[in-house]
Amino acid sequence: MTTTSPPVAVPPPVDALSSRPVRRRRRSWIGWGFVGPFMAVFALVFLAPIAYSIYLSLFRTQMVGGTQFVGFDNYARAFGDPQFWSGVSRVGLFLLVQVPIMLGIALLVALAIDSGRLYGKNFFRISIFLPYAVPAVVATLMWGFMYGTRFGLVGNINDALGTSIPNPLSPDWVLLAIGNIVTWEFVGYNMLIFYSALRVIPTSLYEAAELDGASQWQVVRAIKIPAIRGSLVIATIFSIIGSFQLFNEPSILQSLAPNAITTYFTPNLYAYSLSFSGQQYNYSATVAIIMGVLTMIVAYVVQLRGMRKEA
Amino acid sequence: MTATTPTNTSAAAARPAARKPVRLRSRAPHSVSSPRRSTLLTVLSGIVLLYALVPLFWLFVNATKTQSSLFSSFGLWFSGDFALFDNIARTLAYDDGIFGRWFANTVLYVVLGAGGATFLAVLGGYALAKFDFPGKRGVFATVIGAVAVPGTALAVPTFLMFSQMGLTNTPWAVIIPSLISPFGLYLMWVFAAEAIPTELLEAARVDGSSEFRTFFQVSLPLLAPGIVTVLLFTMVATWNNYFLPLIMLKDPSWYPLTLGLNAWNAQAATAGGEAIFDLVITGSLLTILPLIVAFLFLQRYWQSGLAAGSVKE
Repeated sequence: MTTTSPPVAVPPPVDALSSRPVRRRRRSWIGWGFVGPFMAVFALVFLAPIAYSIYLSLFRTQMVGGTQFVGFDNYARAFGDPQFWSGVSRVGLFLLVQVPIMLGIALLVALAIDSGRLYGKNFFRISIFLPYAVPAVVATLMWGFMYGTRFGLVGNINDALGTSIPNPLSPDWVLLAIGNIVTWEFVGYNMLIFYSALRVIPTSLYEAAELDGASQWQVVRAIKIPAIRGSLVIATIFSIIGSFQLFNEPSILQSLAPNAITTYFTPNLYAYSLSFSGQQYNYSATVAIIMGVLTMIVAYVVQLRGMRKEA
Repeated sequence: MTATTPTNTSAAAARPAARKPVRLRSRAPHSVSSPRRSTLLTVLSGIVLLYALVPLFWLFVNATKTQSSLFSSFGLWFSGDFALFDNIARTLAYDDGIFGRWFANTVLYVVLGAGGATFLAVLGGYALAKFDFPGKRGVFATVIGAVAVPGTALAVPTFLMFSQMGLTNTPWAVIIPSLISPFGLYLMWVFAAEAIPTELLEAARVDGSSEFRTFFQVSLPLLAPGIVTVLLFTMVATWNNYFLPLIMLKDPSWYPLTLGLNAWNAQAATAGGEAIFDLVITGSLLTILPLIVAFLFLQRYWQSGLAAGSVKE
């Protein structure tokens, strides 16, 4: 593990570097005095666990025979594990449906607020953002109660109108119910990211567009969207990571909808159950690593695609 | 589409046309001239607004109800006795005041976790923005690469490591992983690059000020809006943390509010457990209030911090 103090003992490398003029001072180790503490803790809570879980994934512990090296057996097992893949396909479906809806709404609201055509736009901005400050636990409990047919709104509506809205917490509908909770939590956050990016577009662009007689929609399509592409890509990547990690909402809903949510509902829930109910640490680490790699691949592809359009 | 031709919808015309547009006055920074207000757009955005606020309203309304009227009355309006204060008192008193203990734990985790995370992110972001040091690219690459690894994927190995170090079931198991905020580091790096003129640092160096003194006396004040932003976001992350304490803590007396509320809720499902939905709801309301207040009061700071953060994409 790295130490907190910068490794001063190493002599600074001979400056073979600069093709560029001496912009700052010489390269010096002093920067490590500032970034060192972050990196030390980072190594402890990010790098070490990653290394440790790779190590774990290569072993297997059995009642008889103890722990032994098994190479890639755990990975082979995961690739043939229907429970694991059912979780993966569930979050995949979630990702394809929930993320575009959430980001779409966030973008539309951000554009509406930025257009200056709303009454009371500050109120809109802050209110729509507020759910972000609500913990996932509270959001899930709150929506879970509202979904409930006993004292929830769904029950109220069914009573009042004689309708029979299906129970959102039944197995067929629960993924949609979770999608709604997640959308509620993060739509304002994403809106704010987009809005902040919209605010820094130079006014001169709008003036030029105005001189050219561009309509508002043309301004949106030709100026605003391209200008915030970076934010769109970053928000998409974060949302993808969030979807693959889906855990809190289904885990908390379990006590309200025990039949609808299995122990392998999402890959993370599966990894958690394997570790803490099943004591299968090695296999759990394997599942976590596969999910991590999968997430990185998807995030990387999105980033490449997002950046290519820019060229 | 210019503002001078008001072919308005009638409702939009109700808005006093006092601000006659254009050229002279300093324009609102971001609009094609200063556009007229649109009722249609306001109504459409209003749907999203309702979506965001109705659940919070539901929470407040139901925190004012007794458990029996919770089951019998319409969810979105007040009914029966106004029992809010009674509910709060019972929430605080239930199970020897364990809620207060959870609240104090949460504050502890937030102060040390979010405070520490902000401190490390500010130092690190400053270094990345203003110093050239060996291995700088490596730092970037590792941090950015590691961000893509799902945090929950790290949780199990972290738990195993911590349990070997004897840290599980202690507050440190929650605080130490909270100290790293890659998003905070990124935000501070972008913010510091914008907010601190390099000439200023050069001047301080010429005057013989040490790097650390320069940081605390010259740079830190300039970084204030960025710091508030990072602090708020790390506060939210720590205050709302669920997964990490869930795996690290067994002893309810170290629970943060989130775990405690979930335990109360789950209690109804266990055999012989007392259903205390009224306390879960009131407790939820008490849990979210501090953060909402913080966001409302500090909005000027964090919004400018965020705006600066998105300058460099």
